[in-house]
Amino acid sequence: MSESFPAGLDRNGLLALYRALRLTRAAEERLEILQKQGHVTGGLYRSLGQEAGSVGAAYALSRRDDGTGDFLAQTVRAAGALFLFGGELVDFFRQYMARATSPTKGREANVHWVDYAKGFVGPVSPLGTMLEVMAGITLSFKLRGEQRVGMVFYGDGASSTGAWHEGLNFAAVQRCPLILMVEANQFAFSSPTSTNTRVESFVEKAPGYGIGAESVDGTDVIAVYEAVSRSAERARAGEGTQMVELRYFRRLGHAQHDGQEYVDPALISEWAKKDPIDCFQARMLENGWAAADELDAIRIEVEAACQAAAEQAIGEPLPEGPDAVDDVYTDVVTPHPWTRSASSDSRLA
Amino acid sequence: MDQSVPEHLLKTRRREPVTMLEALSEGIFEEMIRDDQVFLMGEDIGAYGGAFKVTRGFLDHFGEQRVIDTPIAEGGFTGAAAGAAHMGLRPVVEIQFMDFISPAYDVITNYIATSLYRGAGPMPLVIRGPVGGGNRGGPFHSQNVEMAFFHTPGLKIVYPSTAYDAKGLIKSAIRDDNPVLFEEHKGLYRAPALREVLPDEDYVVPLGKARTVREGKDLTIVTYGAMVHKSVEAAETLSDEGVSVEVIDLRTLLPMDEEAIIGSVKRTGKLLVVHEDTRTGGIAGEIAMRVSEQAFEWLDGPILRVTAIDAPVPYSGSLEDYFLPQTDDVVKAARYLAGY
Repeated sequence: MSESFPAGLDRNGLLALYRALRLTRAAEERLEILQKQGHVTGGLYRSLGQEAGSVGAAYALSRRDDGTGDFLAQTVRAAGALFLFGGELVDFFRQYMARATSPTKGREANVHWVDYAKGFVGPVSPLGTMLEVMAGITLSFKLRGEQRVGMVFYGDGASSTGAWHEGLNFAAVQRCPLILMVEANQFAFSSPTSTNTRVESFVEKAPGYGIGAESVDGTDVIAVYEAVSRSAERARAGEGTQMVELRYFRRLGHAQHDGQEYVDPALISEWAKKDPIDCFQARMLENGWAAADELDAIRIEVEAACQAAAEQAIGEPLPEGPDAVDDVYTDVVTPHPWTRSASSDSRLA
Repeated sequence: MDQSVPEHLLKTRRREPVTMLEALSEGIFEEMIRDDQVFLMGEDIGAYGGAFKVTRGFLDHFGEQRVIDTPIAEGGFTGAAAGAAHMGLRPVVEIQFMDFISPAYDVITNYIATSLYRGAGPMPLVIRGPVGGGNRGGPFHSQNVEMAFFHTPGLKIVYPSTAYDAKGLIKSAIRDDNPVLFEEHKGLYRAPALREVLPDEDYVVPLGKARTVREGKDLTIVTYGAMVHKSVEAAETLSDEGVSVEVIDLRTLLPMDEEAIIGSVKRTGKLLVVHEDTRTGGIAGEIAMRVSEQAFEWLDGPILRVTAIDAPVPYSGSLEDYFLPQTDDVVKAARYLAGY
């Protein structure tokens, strides 16, 4: 039966992909509940319909926790990749709930956190910047002769920025072992792709930079895994920067506050039929790669894990206001406002 | 190392005087020898040695892994420097003329300066390059850029005025775990008057510490960069008139050595701020505010300033000379203030 497994994966690999997909969806669904309960600070971003893109891509890389593995720059719509790279569920909830215990101590949002040992760096909101930053991270791999590759996610919108061009061009010129993951989900906030580019497919941009590129069905986790595996192999072999376009559709608004009224509902229903988890699950059952009850057990396990992690985060404290002055510099103290101190001495700050 | 070190970088070793530019070259070179994680990126810095030749001979000595010629993309390579710094490297980025730093404004202010605060770790990188007018460079080869970045918490800004300080400050900047914007006045690069014999030792000048260039009791001039020298000239003129002027060179603009400013103002009771940068939103405003907050009772006169005029930097000599603050302007303002 093993010869029927796809893409050189074994049964455990397929189950791991399934678990990561389920975990991503369960974590985001848990966030929606938390937001309705008033626990979430700020925006909430879903990757509904895009889970296979981040999961398949991250699974194709070498993930370690000792600072020697491959490297990820995630986005809000690539939480699946973040989890596969070792991002902890509880940290995910702590970040969204701006807890003092979160990796950024409540100073930054959602997936915007880093772990250099596990190999991921969270984005800043101008996402094109991450092309530049990842060019430098992967440049360091090249300069040190390390066999590591980097992967950066970004969407249709970031592809229009100057930072995207400058970062990509730099990486291409330096032959940095970097894989660009284009989340071609057809919208930048409310703007359809046609407002951002004249090309039909983002891979058409690749020849202009002298880099390799592939376009793949982003709802098919196996196809994504295979495409990224090939790209990683090329990058690792010294062929330089690569691009993989994930073709799919953002089935929800930019964030929860966006009702997506600008999208034809029929289109949303159409893409719901291509749900990456439903499709993968059906394929696993059809091919006998797994039994229905074990997939169900995985779903129940990850949903319980999300609930437990969320409850833990809820119970943890928010930061204290005066902590806002910490860590601006490594060695310069930022003063508190004198109007917030017991003394009325204006010379305090 | 001596055999392979380019001759022109051994002047201090030979006890010969160096220009400010040579002092910078020596400083960067010595840091690259001391720490193999230090590397350079910028436009035309390799074979050409940089527009002003600060890195002449570096490529041959360190190779193209550590002296990297980049595309003309200040945002791209400054952002890449940030990524390299995340990985423990210590990039020194050259902006060919600081006027061209604008494309990197996004990554510097949104990414680099916020890194530590966002929990993304320290950001040990230096962004350095030539600034300043007086060379008939026109609007795009003459600007001072400090105030575009002064409003950015997390960033340090350094602006040396002497060869000794330039070498000591660039070394401190490279060793600092915070991002440093390092401005080098091109009019001072090869100014003969600034040539001096530097200590043949591994000295540093700490960031955040001003220097009292000249002591005085009647009024304080706070300044930095090329204006230090014009202010000293003015102080000498006024000395002949019996006015005793203290001149303070900030050396580091951010964080500012408030203690040095306040301490001096409390002694002299009068403050004149002199900067080559344009007037509105210039650093004089911030200094005046701090003195108002902390030394109001000690003031015996208004806080005044001498600055460039609020205009782009003009090209023609007569225009540029009018645009820039001159020694006579400093003399006039200081004399007026001394009259209070």
